[in-house]
Amino acid sequence: MPNEEAYEHHDYDVVIIGAGGAGLRAAIAAHDAGARTALICRSLLGKAHTVMAEGGIAAALGNVWPEDNWQVHFRDTMRGGKLLNNWRMAELHAKEAPDRVYELEQWGALFDRTAAGKISQRDFGGHRFARLAHVGDRTGLEMIRALQQRAVSLGTDVFMELTITDLLKDGDRVAGAFGYWRESGRFVVFRAPAVVLATGGIGKSWKVTSNSWECTGDGHALALRAGATLLNMEFVQFHPTGMVWPLSVRGLLVTESVRGDGGVLLNSEDRRFMFDYIPEFFKAETADNIEEADRWYDDKTNRRPPELLPRDEVARAINSEIKAGRGSPHGGVFLDIASRRSPEFIRRRLPSMYHQFKELADVDITKEVMEIGPTCHYMMGGVEVEPDSQCSVVPGLYAAGEVAGGMHGANRLGGNSLSDLIVFGKRAGEYAAAYACGLGGTRPRISESDLASAAQGALAPFRPGRADENPYTLHQELQDTMQDLVGIIRVEAELKEALERISNLQARCQNVAVEGNRQYNPGWHLALDLRNMLVVSQAVAIAALERQESRGGHTRDDYPMTDPYWGGLNIVLQLEQGTGRAEGSQELVVRRQPLPQPPPALAELLEEAH
Amino acid sequence: MSYDLKLRIWRGDATGGELKDFVVPAEEGQVVLDAVHRAQASLANDLAVRWNCKAGKCGSCSAEVNGRPRLMCMTRLSIFPKDEPVTITPLRTFPVIKDLVTDVSFNYDKARQVPAFTPAADQPRAPFTMFQPDVERSQEFRKCIECWLCQNTCHVVRDHDDNKPRFAGPRFFIRYAELDMHPNDSVDRKRMVQETQGLGFCNITKCCTEVCPEQIKITDNGIIPMKERVVDVKFDPLLRLIGRRKQQAPPSP
Repeated sequence: MPNEEAYEHHDYDVVIIGAGGAGLRAAIAAHDAGARTALICRSLLGKAHTVMAEGGIAAALGNVWPEDNWQVHFRDTMRGGKLLNNWRMAELHAKEAPDRVYELEQWGALFDRTAAGKISQRDFGGHRFARLAHVGDRTGLEMIRALQQRAVSLGTDVFMELTITDLLKDGDRVAGAFGYWRESGRFVVFRAPAVVLATGGIGKSWKVTSNSWECTGDGHALALRAGATLLNMEFVQFHPTGMVWPLSVRGLLVTESVRGDGGVLLNSEDRRFMFDYIPEFFKAETADNIEEADRWYDDKTNRRPPELLPRDEVARAINSEIKAGRGSPHGGVFLDIASRRSPEFIRRRLPSMYHQFKELADVDITKEVMEIGPTCHYMMGGVEVEPDSQCSVVPGLYAAGEVAGGMHGANRLGGNSLSDLIVFGKRAGEYAAAYACGLGGTRPRISESDLASAAQGALAPFRPGRADENPYTLHQELQDTMQDLVGIIRVEAELKEALERISNLQARCQNVAVEGNRQYNPGWHLALDLRNMLVVSQAVAIAALERQESRGGHTRDDYPMTDPYWGGLNIVLQLEQGTGRAEGSQELVVRRQPLPQPPPALAELLEEAH
Repeated sequence: MSYDLKLRIWRGDATGGELKDFVVPAEEGQVVLDAVHRAQASLANDLAVRWNCKAGKCGSCSAEVNGRPRLMCMTRLSIFPKDEPVTITPLRTFPVIKDLVTDVSFNYDKARQVPAFTPAADQPRAPFTMFQPDVERSQEFRKCIECWLCQNTCHVVRDHDDNKPRFAGPRFFIRYAELDMHPNDSVDRKRMVQETQGLGFCNITKCCTEVCPEQIKITDNGIIPMKERVVDVKFDPLLRLIGRRKQQAPPSP
């Protein structure tokens, strides 16, 4: 059996898996803290899903509305998350986001400016004030470039097109990671006492999704297999506005900035239907007539237009309109900015939306309405972490960004994702470095048997005699299952059916056979990604079945109301040694855990009156 | 309206390869990348192709479609006649790894050579006061999605591997320009871009601008102004008179 010296191996203090916003920021922080740091990405550097973020970075800079401050941002975030957020993470996030944004500017990011020469801020759903620092509608690109250029200038070791398939442990502690170069298929071993997961989301398990191929829930699955816990996996955000036509681009994101900048939603009867869907919880802060809503853009003493309710509310409303037969020809509803803003304004503020519709759908958004519908967008749940350090229950294992849970509660506000990445990326990098550097001579060791089984697992799809399942076909079936049975609206019978189908797919996944060799072989890569997608999809369905209420990104047709009992509980999942199944098999065990309650001074901020 | 699309995709690796024919069903509104994915899922599971966002935002799926450098995700099938095959080959300027995937490390090496944005030490740290007109020129270059199509199409390196060590390429000329035009940057990059990064090789044929999927005016707004700025510092008659620095000839193409 080959030992670790037989593979290419590297020694580091901190290994960061994922090079989107959170991973890059963690790498910079770990480097600054003096740790030997490796940054690993599955794609080329700068292509991570962060690049697709459009609208902006939420931070209470107070540049446009001096009344804004961290307390209001904290309140908006918690209420948007239906109060299920980890209050401490929401507090740290609101307090630290402004400094993280200024840091990007210090490193070369060029945000759009106000007339006074400050960073401009735009309106977004659920935010009381215009709060999103932005560059047109390509803010994610700006963020990833600023961070990428900073990390490169610091001389960070970057491993491009390398996929991690397993975390390695020594007893209870993290000892390193095992993976393969996509280009050659050769194995690589990282010996490191601290690993930061920054792998992003899971959206590639749904059929209509805004997510890229990388969003396969690798970090969630790696964490589970390493013994960490996942939190609130039932909360999947469906972004209200994805493209619906042509089919080729179904699910592709249409930024919330369209609504933030004045766009409105219309049904087939030309009605601004969002006025019919204002929930009790947001009544006090939402305009109930068109006149007030339209005044709000310039005068924040008015209440917010209902188009800018949090995303879960808007997505459900669109879903209801379509179901009621008031949808658009291709199964969406209409998003109109053409009749509300000048062509110059639209092209300046929304250049990539203009380009995207023109090129891919032959629609000129300065003249015509867009057809849009909900698309799977973001995972609110994730690895359970200690809020200050981002450390999981496994010593040495950290998580930041979308892969971490808690920060966004039951629903994330637009713009809070990019700020989440830089606030908690920095924290994870710092704490991981401190942990690794503080170990002294007691560093963990990798066991040869773990290496052998990691290698065996990775090569399984090449083993002869397998039953010739096509990985692409299995992936498509998983996407259909999640789309049809674990979508926006859920019900017990369908969730149970989903679990059955997933378990069937898991069995078939054992029989996936790939053609060709190990050199840059996407069929093989997908076969390995499928294992992760399946266990994470299972986690989502189990958690969705467990939570018998409707809240934020989780809507149960059979439990349509929000229930205070569940409002006090997190749903936690962990892989444990199976009982009823074959020896050695592991199964997901679900647990209800009390939600930490904020101290009185913060709790006061959450009251309805504002 | 579904139809049978004929694809010719280059398959092979560093040791050689050839065009292979595929026939896949194509639907209205699809792009070239959809067809490649269809071939991959049903006919050649190990067909190597880079892609991420499928929305023209990440710049991963660059290839040459009927000989023209393009993003496959932004190239509609409807622009090609239905009865003729669509030919897809890897970027020619970079060494092939496998099928449509090339070794683009040249670009990442050049990126490492760019001195980072350096605000003046005596200036207060961010937040900076900068006005929209001051940042707009640099913002145009920061739209770059690093698809490397401009690098691929530039004739200085496309057929002249030996120029690569001395030539950063259009993507990085606009990176130098971006930093040079940043209101708060304090490093003089003009000599560097001319003397070690090969700006002089460029004879402004604008091929890079033509293939840019972000419609950045690479030549007009980036390269030409940089050339002018270089002339200003390198050939300043006053500086010459006082002989502060010996002038060097730009490297010849």
